[in-house]
Amino acid sequence: MNPALLLFSSSTLVHLSPVDLVIIIFYFALVLAIGLYLKEQANTGEDFFMAGREMTAWVAGLAFLSANLGSLELMGWAGNSYKYGILAAHWYWIGAIPSMLFLALIMMPFYYVCKTHSVPGYLKLRFGQDSQALSSISFALMTVLMSGINMYAMAVVMKVVLGWDINFSILVSSVTVAIYVALGGLRSAIFNEVLQFFLIWAGALLIPILGLIEAGGWDGMKAKILQNLTEQHAANPGAYTHLWSTLGNFGDNPMGINWAGIVFGLGAVIAMGYWTTDFLVVQRVLSAKDLRSAELAPIIGAAFKMLVPFIVILPGLLGLALLRDPHTGSLLHLVPADLAWSKEGQAQGLHGYDEVLPLMLARYCGPGLLGLGITALIAGFMSGMAGNVSAFTTVWTYDIYGALINKNATDEGKVRMGRWVTVIGVGISIGTAYLVMHAQSIMDYVQALFSFFIAPLFGTVILGMLWKRATKAGGFWGLLAGTLSSVGMYAWGKLDPSSVRYLALSDKAQDQAQNMFRALWCWLICVIVTVVVSLMTKPKSDEELKDLVYGLTPIPKQAHVSWIQSPIFWGIVVAIVFLILQVIFW
Amino acid sequence: MKSGGSLSIWFFIGISLAFNGAVICAAGIYELMYPPVNQVVLYNLHANVWWGAVLLVLGLFFSLRFSPARERARMAGNS
Repeated sequence: MNPALLLFSSSTLVHLSPVDLVIIIFYFALVLAIGLYLKEQANTGEDFFMAGREMTAWVAGLAFLSANLGSLELMGWAGNSYKYGILAAHWYWIGAIPSMLFLALIMMPFYYVCKTHSVPGYLKLRFGQDSQALSSISFALMTVLMSGINMYAMAVVMKVVLGWDINFSILVSSVTVAIYVALGGLRSAIFNEVLQFFLIWAGALLIPILGLIEAGGWDGMKAKILQNLTEQHAANPGAYTHLWSTLGNFGDNPMGINWAGIVFGLGAVIAMGYWTTDFLVVQRVLSAKDLRSAELAPIIGAAFKMLVPFIVILPGLLGLALLRDPHTGSLLHLVPADLAWSKEGQAQGLHGYDEVLPLMLARYCGPGLLGLGITALIAGFMSGMAGNVSAFTTVWTYDIYGALINKNATDEGKVRMGRWVTVIGVGISIGTAYLVMHAQSIMDYVQALFSFFIAPLFGTVILGMLWKRATKAGGFWGLLAGTLSSVGMYAWGKLDPSSVRYLALSDKAQDQAQNMFRALWCWLICVIVTVVVSLMTKPKSDEELKDLVYGLTPIPKQAHVSWIQSPIFWGIVVAIVFLILQVIFW
Repeated sequence: MKSGGSLSIWFFIGISLAFNGAVICAAGIYELMYPPVNQVVLYNLHANVWWGAVLLVLGLFFSLRFSPARERARMAGNS
């Protein structure tokens, strides 16, 4: 019997062997052992919340990247590359590399010199407590929601792929995360993120290698995709394998977006906002042992980020080229998750876009390799949860509890609070996981959360760092206006779907295109309101802005380092490779 | 990376890669001896044998290079 038939003939995608289970159980035992081992090294606030600020550039850089490399991301973008083609790689290249370099070389000195514990902490120093309270409360809300979404997404994937009970998956993953983060704090989260980074590469790298062998190389894959194109895109055959050449018009590519949406909406706002102000990722860099390590960490992260499409985007494209229905031999058409996971979809044996990675895993991986691939997915989900929970714990303890509730809290009290809040945060995340079970589309909520909070926050932080005339009132009202306008545009889009022609400039715009333009508009609103209000209100003196604003912050002289150790040199190298990739896949 | 103790993060990564590599390689060798009825696509390449071996070698390198004994010696040398 054809093995693929077995895969599709049951209600689950794959069946694990005892060897696979041994690998999965070993992973859980290892992360708990790491948490127990690190407990003794998480006694002070600096240890628990900032990992002692002693991470090397490599560890901070890999954790910085891994905090974003969760399974929701891996499976979601592999699915998006099946749906949108190579355009999905923009989220790894222009949607990451320039902003990571900007964080490293422009923004990191400010974060590092002012010794803040968090991004809301920087806002307090720059714009006062109102802005800190607004951003910390919205960030805390976003992180527990994201953690719950990660938890639920993992449980659904485990159910669809392995047939595991949803409640069992949520319970096991949440208890494990709560134990190892509560014991070891940020250091424990970072250790597990770096471990996850290696597991993901070990578990996923074989898929593109074997896929390219089966497809006959890159050219063979492109030829097969051309054969499989739907009528809709047959008129524009380059749409799935070219990055830029189909972005002249909204209708020429599967995403319904143009170059302006990608460059300004994604590259200049969403990516800049996420990689430079989302405390989940910035916290990893702040744990670096010195300024040079803090600058190098995002550059190291950027170098590896450029490689991630090889294990995420390429498997999606290979799925488009190779996956066939084992019963009929015809092209296997993956469908939106809502349809695939509905009762009707399950009855028809449909598979969602997001299942392309597990489908490819099952196609090539036998006993042992399959267990490693599934472990990589579980590790990705759990570190996604742990990242959100550890960031939530820090922001709650320093920016809400320490700033608003108990201003005289001792360091020991903050660590104790941090451990309890970790457990409570996981508990709230479990509640959120059950809440989003009723949501129609998980990714819809994820993208909406980002555009609500991250895009306007970037406007406030960047003006605060680069424009000394920005005032306390300007920062607060700009942030509030940006956030409310984003929520308003989202609600308008839901209530009146035809509004897409105004919000995204084209009635052809798909979900991702709408997200990009909504982020761009709310960022602009934030910036305009901040500038107008600032010009009408009294600015702080230069003395008060020392160490917070460009031009008023003396950057510490670094010990003499050779050019090959210089962050600027490696930043230029990464930028050149980034440009070469754009040309190759133009 | 300094972890505050004698165990480096790279040691944990080495242990993980070595264990997984050994298990995967062993499972692949077993499959070579007793070929399964239901084979994955490109089974003939025996990916689990050579990929498991690669992970095992990499894991052993990390485990030995960052072993607790070596780390203690390095820290003693630094102090």
